Amino acid sequence: MLQSLAAFKENATSAIGNAGLQRALARAKPHFAQKRQAAIDLLPEFEALRGAAANIKNHTIANLDFYLETYAAAVEASGGTVHWCSTAQDARQATLKICQNAGAKTVTKGKSMVTEEISLNPFLEANGITPVETDLGEYILQLRGETPSHIIAPAFHLNREDWEESFRKSHTDLPADRVFRERRDLLTEARGKLREKFLAADVGITGANFLIAETGSSVIVTNEGNGDLTQTLPRVHIVVTSIEKVVPTIEDTLTLLRVLARSATGQDMSVYTTFSTGPRRATDTDGPQEYHVVLVDNGRSAMVGTQFQDMLRCIRCAACLNHCPVYGAIGGHAYGSIYPGPMGAVLTPMLTGIDTAGHLPNASTFCGKCESVCPVKIPLPNLMRHWREREFERHLSPPAQRYGLALWAFFARRPALYRAATRAAALAIGLLGRKQGHFAWLPFAGGWTRTRDFPAPEGDTFFAQYAARQKARAP
Amino acid sequence: MSRTAIITAIQRCLKRGPLPADQQAMLTSRLATHPRGPIPARGQLDLPGRIALFTQYAEREFATVAQLTSPAEIPTAIAAYLARLHLPPTLTISPHPALEAIPFAAAPSLQVRFGTTLPADSTCLTHAFAGIAETGTLLMPSGPRTPTTNNILPDNSIILLPAARITASYEDAFDLLRAEQTFPRQTLPRNVMLITGPSRSADIEQTLELGAHGPRRLHILILDGQG
Repeated sequence: MLQSLAAFKENATSAIGNAGLQRALARAKPHFAQKRQAAIDLLPEFEALRGAAANIKNHTIANLDFYLETYAAAVEASGGTVHWCSTAQDARQATLKICQNAGAKTVTKGKSMVTEEISLNPFLEANGITPVETDLGEYILQLRGETPSHIIAPAFHLNREDWEESFRKSHTDLPADRVFRERRDLLTEARGKLREKFLAADVGITGANFLIAETGSSVIVTNEGNGDLTQTLPRVHIVVTSIEKVVPTIEDTLTLLRVLARSATGQDMSVYTTFSTGPRRATDTDGPQEYHVVLVDNGRSAMVGTQFQDMLRCIRCAACLNHCPVYGAIGGHAYGSIYPGPMGAVLTPMLTGIDTAGHLPNASTFCGKCESVCPVKIPLPNLMRHWREREFERHLSPPAQRYGLALWAFFARRPALYRAATRAAALAIGLLGRKQGHFAWLPFAGGWTRTRDFPAPEGDTFFAQYAARQKARAP
Repeated sequence: MSRTAIITAIQRCLKRGPLPADQQAMLTSRLATHPRGPIPARGQLDLPGRIALFTQYAEREFATVAQLTSPAEIPTAIAAYLARLHLPPTLTISPHPALEAIPFAAAPSLQVRFGTTLPADSTCLTHAFAGIAETGTLLMPSGPRTPTTNNILPDNSIILLPAARITASYEDAFDLLRAEQTFPRQTLPRNVMLITGPSRSADIEQTLELGAHGPRRLHILILDGQG
């Protein structure tokens, strides 16, 4: 379950002790990383595509006003309607109004992180409309009253027995002797149940991976086909999406698609990549009669022109989550944000404020893996560092940490004193620990020694050794 | 209201007003020429090479592929495919001219109906606009004779693809779509699907299972000698 943003440290500790979650994490990590690498090894052009993808997004953001206006005009020319929404509240209201105008009782939903961001489902329910999540992972989470723990594999934290338990509890027509021996049996059960929902829904809501200014199209990428049933069968299709999803042309979209699936699931191409442009045409025999785009800002325009602008390039592939040692240890719920991992650590403070999300940019080892796998080259560690600076400037970090840093800074600014002090400390600790070679406990190092020993320094400090060697090398 | 608010907020952050006319003209011309990004070399082959690569990648993604030399072979090929999988010998067919021309009387065991798939229908035959060798992908535009529902609702999907329509890259396939469009310029058909293999999900324990919500099986009939 999504936990409190402020309680990150407590959440992380309980996540590490959660056996089911640890089993799921151990399973997911090699799955994603190896598949991604295998797909990239098959495409020598991947690095060139990565550069091109980053350039396309930079070009679009530098001209975002132009491309949004062009996109909106193209949507309207194809018979669709764009609803511009500055805030999450505006977006919820706009979506509700379209549903109410359509007389909707049931709404099917394709997977959409923006609808999670704006908390659309509880709002629709409170207004008498039943949203039905149709992505398999999102469906089980809805039955369990949980939120996604991963931006592309929302239910990866669950194990098979969790699925079976939820189906037995929620699908009340299930015979008691129904056997779920294989994963396939669970899939078949969900397929049957959701088929009824697809056919009965009045409105279908999807997100968008890309919006194309040239044609006014929204593009979704899925493997299950649930997004396509959602946007094809009901009378009304609503696309809930955000302003940074716009790209100029079909060709630009194709370049981004070539890096998206490979970075996300390690597929060359997802099974269904679908371009939707407006409502059904006069001669069409199927498709929605109304096509609406709820275009959400919710803090994104304020990132333009700032040091966080690079984050607007994000295409939500989750490669940074899949390669992050912190995410790999604690999973997604501990972050307390629907955007977890490195991308979430940068984006969440933008959406909720650094005063509540300050833990997230600190939950990083700065190993740099996230930046190295990002298909649009977002400098994630640098952006987290910017947040840490802001947090420090605003005196939001804890006093002990601030005094510690101030003390360290005092020495660091005086190199001679720094070397003398570290040398004295190394000698003293080395002397104390020369018998055993390690410490089970040290003052001020409880965080370290609680889980492992601290090795006793052997010999001189780095600076002293370096100076000695330089001297020895000199003629 | 919000439109103005969002656009002016972006312009304020970019420290400028609306783009000057000459820069707008530059961007408009980029939209009109829609330049390509890097195109993977692996699809850049002659037609037999593209057919082979398309087949290789489609099969890698769990589609099945059969190559036929004449439309006359289609009915018996489909009847045999359905029989082999113990599927009902019924077929819903998109009302595409090339599909309407198929001599289905040659396979009297097949019950065929032209139109849009209904929930109870088991197998659907549709016609691809193009195939893309790079990843074994099919390009399926919507239209009065190619309803989108037929791509996505049936349990079993059989798609006819003329061999000559197998392109090297997605870009080549979209160029064909742009060249042959009957809709207004700079617009796409209402729905354009790029399909690579049958429906699947790895949401249960990160383990791939075929047949999530779309077709459980995808069978591609590549038809030689047609333009």
